[in-house]
Amino acid sequence: MTTTATRKASARAQEKTCVTLKEHIVEIISDSGEGAQRCGQSLGSIAARMGNGVWTTEIIPAEIRPPARSVAGASGNRIRIGSGYVTNGGNETDLVVAFNEQVLLGRVNARELKPGCIILLENMWRTHSDPNVVKSYIEAYDRLVKADFKVYEIPMEEECLKLTPNARRGKNMFALGILCRIYNFDLQAGREQIALTFGKKERSVIDANVALLEAGYKWAKANIDFSFSIPATPHNRPQISINGNVSLALGVMASGMDICAMYPITPATSASHYLSEAFEKVGGIVHQAEDEIAACAFAIGSSYAGKCAVTITSGPGYSLKQEGIGLAVMAEIPLVVVNVQRGGPSTGQPTKVEQGDMLTAIFGSHGDAPKVVMAPSTIEDCFYSVITARRIAETFNTVVVILSDASLSSSQQPFDRPRFQESWLAPPIDQSPVPEGARPYDWDPVTGVARRFIPGQPGGMHTVTGLAHDRDSHVAYDPDINQEGLRARSLKIAALQKTLLPPDVFGDEEGDLLVIGWGSTKGAIEEAVAELRAEGKKISSTHLRFLQPMQPGIKEIMRRFKKVMTVETNWSDNPDDELIDADNRRYSALATLLRARYLVDVDCWTEVRGQPVKPGTIRKVLLAKLEK
Amino acid sequence: MKLSAIKQLLDLYREQSALEDYQSGVPRWCTGCGDNAILAAVQRLCRDEGLRPEKTVFVSGIGCSSRFPHYMKTYGFHGIHGRAFPIAEGVRMTRPDLAVFVNTGDGDCCSIGAAHWIHALRYNMDMTVFLHDNQIYGLTKKQASPTSPFGTKSNTTPRGSYLQALNPLTVSLGVSNVSFIAQAVDWIPETLFDIVKAAYHHKGFSFVRVIQRCPEWLPKALEPWLQDPARVQLVHHANGIQIGQSLARVYKNQIEHDPLDIHRAREIASGTDVIPVGILYRNPDVPCYEDTRHGGALRTAEAIRKNFEAELDKYSV
Repeated sequence: MTTTATRKASARAQEKTCVTLKEHIVEIISDSGEGAQRCGQSLGSIAARMGNGVWTTEIIPAEIRPPARSVAGASGNRIRIGSGYVTNGGNETDLVVAFNEQVLLGRVNARELKPGCIILLENMWRTHSDPNVVKSYIEAYDRLVKADFKVYEIPMEEECLKLTPNARRGKNMFALGILCRIYNFDLQAGREQIALTFGKKERSVIDANVALLEAGYKWAKANIDFSFSIPATPHNRPQISINGNVSLALGVMASGMDICAMYPITPATSASHYLSEAFEKVGGIVHQAEDEIAACAFAIGSSYAGKCAVTITSGPGYSLKQEGIGLAVMAEIPLVVVNVQRGGPSTGQPTKVEQGDMLTAIFGSHGDAPKVVMAPSTIEDCFYSVITARRIAETFNTVVVILSDASLSSSQQPFDRPRFQESWLAPPIDQSPVPEGARPYDWDPVTGVARRFIPGQPGGMHTVTGLAHDRDSHVAYDPDINQEGLRARSLKIAALQKTLLPPDVFGDEEGDLLVIGWGSTKGAIEEAVAELRAEGKKISSTHLRFLQPMQPGIKEIMRRFKKVMTVETNWSDNPDDELIDADNRRYSALATLLRARYLVDVDCWTEVRGQPVKPGTIRKVLLAKLEK
Repeated sequence: MKLSAIKQLLDLYREQSALEDYQSGVPRWCTGCGDNAILAAVQRLCRDEGLRPEKTVFVSGIGCSSRFPHYMKTYGFHGIHGRAFPIAEGVRMTRPDLAVFVNTGDGDCCSIGAAHWIHALRYNMDMTVFLHDNQIYGLTKKQASPTSPFGTKSNTTPRGSYLQALNPLTVSLGVSNVSFIAQAVDWIPETLFDIVKAAYHHKGFSFVRVIQRCPEWLPKALEPWLQDPARVQLVHHANGIQIGQSLARVYKNQIEHDPLDIHRAREIASGTDVIPVGILYRNPDVPCYEDTRHGGALRTAEAIRKNFEAELDKYSV
């Protein structure tokens, strides 16, 4: 025990109390490379093993190696642990473990910590050899205490040095041990998690990490005077815990697609990393192209010659693919495009979440290029969306865009283990002869769908083209033929729409306010709505999985509510701004679309803070809207 | 059953192809356009080699030359400007059983698609590529292209183009993994065909630059070479192309060059005074990207399922 603060903590430890909670939000933050990410992921997995609901969010600095001890350099994880199913990252943090005070100040400045938040702070800086470090540590400590945070100084470095010469590498597992104790998690589950995490490493590595875990646990038992219990709701369904990008990648594998063409871009790339590892074991290929345009064209060439292929990207890459997407729409070549949205425009905020690409996905590419746009709203949904997208793309010979985002991609959540079905897989490449007289674009007069001719099919020889073409795929500038082609490609979207079900309404089928969302905001919106409903408010929500075409019945749902609004993480003008009025207000993407399509006065509230929108924030917005 | 299979094989063996089997529509290129010469050579190749039309794909970008697939009675993909290479790469990666050809122009390949061109050389995927190089943008009506000679007057360079022409041969020969570089001219059909044939038989990325006339926009540009056969240099070798007697009488400027010698190839390619015609470089030992990437794993439903379950096991909680 080196400092007064820890001595106090030690004394208090004798009178330990265990508080039972419904949920808690924990953060572990450090400089990049100190292992806070791994600590956080492990804690999330352990909580999931205990049967708790979990939502893990990565805290990522924009740079690979930001300067050590910098306010903007926080790297780590935020884990929301609940009694039941957890659908989003929740509100502000209840407890944070920080490896230095500077990364912590970054989180304080961003207002991410709850008032009175418990802070477990590495105290090595108090006795550091550099007087400037000591000074900034003491200043920060005093500021935090003054702000009524409950600060506990923890001698992590000192304790770890007893077990390992390089405490920097081991601190994360020591911290994990402390947290296991605080949350009354089974230490054995912690040991098993370490064995799983370091599974590929030597036994000695696993043993060393387990020793650190146990040391942290023991230390907390002796020195920390509080603990929490978040009763789990046990179930015996097999579950997996993954992030949205791994989920997308597993979807690619389970859809039977053979080729993923990509170019590195944040935050999409980790999906391709995972595929490069797992997919290629069974003959799948991840092609890293020379640029985004080539990745898209490669996927189109691959789809054209065989099974539907996928290209995975983020905002700027999506913009570059637009011409290729138009070609696939025009030539009616199936293609799945995944856009893991990030902050825009331009390079924007590469690691931050935003839902800014909806309109460009629907209306993008020049001319009328009708395509299907889907938006998974949960991590589980990311998986099934790819399977569905592949099937739609090959059924309707068109492009299907999947709009995920940086929140889904870097959050982790347990969900029921998918049960593999052979029907998910793409069928083998059809090489049967083309019947005599059949034409490559024999558009069905009702649905617009035509059989796709694939190279290798005898009798099907023709040249596909991005030029206007007739049913024989001959270049044609005849006005009637162009009219016919555009009609057919548009009808396919309507044909798909006829197969969709109306969206579910969360809450009563009628009331004062309907909130409409899409994508990753679902959990947060529904949590806010559920809270307000529990308080007697007549409010419901609905969440759209398909943005183009839109599911049927939306107008009827809207009609049953006095007010309708969307909640999104993209830009919309604030009507309270001086220059903004009904004539010039730019609405959010979904609100724009709903207003145009259904002639309903849909309001919107959005924010573009780069963070997943919090249920508490939404709650305030909805209350204000109800009272307006 | 067995007999009928044998009969089918015999039928295949006896099947004779005619030029008409590969012809589709009437080309809408200008009279005297070099594209016609390339089309004739390629259709002859298809016939001579008995390529099955349904197993053959021509991929192109945008431009006069890129209309090529429309005139072949095979599968074709008339893509978008500059992107013929990545589209063809996707086809090749997916379908080892198809013969893949690419038709691209000097604007398509050397300007808007230049990045893809460099990387296509590096991938060295098995396909036969024709760079239809007429040194001008034709379809958009006469703008200088990267290969337009310095001083070319065009609609965007009315006082003459400002930059030295890009040399597609030296560029190609500077890229790692390059495996086949040849040059032909549209006005010597005999050599053009020999080169087309050699390119087709090379396994890898066979890049043939065809210097061709544009009678509409640059009718006089190649006059000096047409009128003076000495300014065309025939490059021959036992491992390259051989020169027929009648040709040898007209084109006396000849050099012997071993296509395995890349340094000499670069030297020959760098010349500006004469147009070298022949195979400059050929290395059959450069690995093809598609062979490197295909691991040979069988993509059966069972294999996919097993792999998928093993992955899920890793993430079980």
